[in-house]
Amino acid sequence: MSPDLLDILAAVLLVLGALLSLAAGVGLWRFPDALSRLHAGTKPQVLGLVFIVAAIALTARSFAVLLVLVPVLLFQMLTAPIAAHMVGRAGYRTKNFRRELLAVDQLEDAVERASRADAEVEVGADPDADNPDRTFGRDQRM
Amino acid sequence: MTLTTVLYLITGGLFTVGALFAVARVVKGPTILDRVIGSDVLLTTLMLVLGAEMVVNGHTQTVPLMIVIAATAAFSTVAVARNVSRQDRKE
Amino acid sequence: MTDFEGPTTRREIRWRIWQQLPLLLVLVVLWMLMWGSLTPLTIITGIVVAVLVTRAFYLPPVELSGRFNVLWFVVFLARFGVALVVGSFQVAFLAFTPKATEQNSIVAVQLVTRSDFVMTLTAIAISLIPGSIVIEVDRAEGILYLHALGADDEDAIDRVRHEVQTTEQRLVRAIGSTDDMQRMNEGRIVS
Repeated sequence: MSPDLLDILAAVLLVLGALLSLAAGVGLWRFPDALSRLHAGTKPQVLGLVFIVAAIALTARSFAVLLVLVPVLLFQMLTAPIAAHMVGRAGYRTKNFRRELLAVDQLEDAVERASRADAEVEVGADPDADNPDRTFGRDQRM
Repeated sequence: MTLTTVLYLITGGLFTVGALFAVARVVKGPTILDRVIGSDVLLTTLMLVLGAEMVVNGHTQTVPLMIVIAATAAFSTVAVARNVSRQDRKE
Repeated sequence: MTDFEGPTTRREIRWRIWQQLPLLLVLVVLWMLMWGSLTPLTIITGIVVAVLVTRAFYLPPVELSGRFNVLWFVVFLARFGVALVVGSFQVAFLAFTPKATEQNSIVAVQLVTRSDFVMTLTAIAISLIPGSIVIEVDRAEGILYLHALGADDEDAIDRVRHEVQTTEQRLVRAIGSTDDMQRMNEGRIVS
């Protein structure tokens, strides 16, 4: 391929990446509640990063550069779901979402069952209800 | 005005509008979780813009910066999420 | 927290070192990737930095199952890549027409695996492909609770559950322990 064609291809990849970033921003604005905005904020950005990384590798025309860019992709794909998970967990536990948007809530059933089981064991109020670090289920290892 | 220049300009415009929407979310809220999601999107967009700048200007000097942002941008979000309490709702 | 008794017998010490080796290897490779060169200097400094980091920030070693099926791993990566591309465009499309997201759900999915590592990788993979984010994990029972975008009726929920379970199956076939594989095969005959 001629150098010009590769440059144009890189520019097109840039536009695609920017388009996905725009979609992330627009989704962040238009989605109805915090839990949905999580989806908009994390998924398009990862694919946008893939396109940008491909564009950089095309422009530099070297395999070594692509190798150095792999950690960027890897880190982003590992840390973005973690952040999304923590925000989602905090949002659910502190009721920071709009319940009318949930058609089915299977976690609520499990939580109710767990708190009923807890109530049978202890008498009195559960002081941990507001603690974001509390784990559900029997495993208290962490 | 070559084709690539036009494409670069379009890229810049799209990134800017996306970032403005993220800032709008940070301003509007209404909860702190929305704001922190918005700031995370803003930071990731910044990383993407760094990458785009490398394509436009033909160098690869800011790749270490991209690595650092990719690895650590999520931590601020996690730090805020862990300290949200019920009183923060609809602040 | 787990109680840490230091390794006593020589066999235990060797086992500890052997367990840490994959992590050290990954760190050294990462170091070399970041410096972009393959000289002996980077290898040596990489080993030094990796050992220092694992000593300073001591984490319990990840329990690997010792199985690595390359073919299924490639299959997993390929399907994951396709789902990532499709899903990101789907969410991007939804961003411009948000009427479809008025109904979401929180879905519970029972996983087959008992290993921390496979469960974490499944949760990460699920959070990246279309329509679901893991918001709660029940570690004792092995259940993931996902927030599914646009899942309003039983069909959509079943589809989400099926997607999660097939992703987990591919991962278990690639790096799961034989225990997990046995449980997975039993589960498929029953349900």
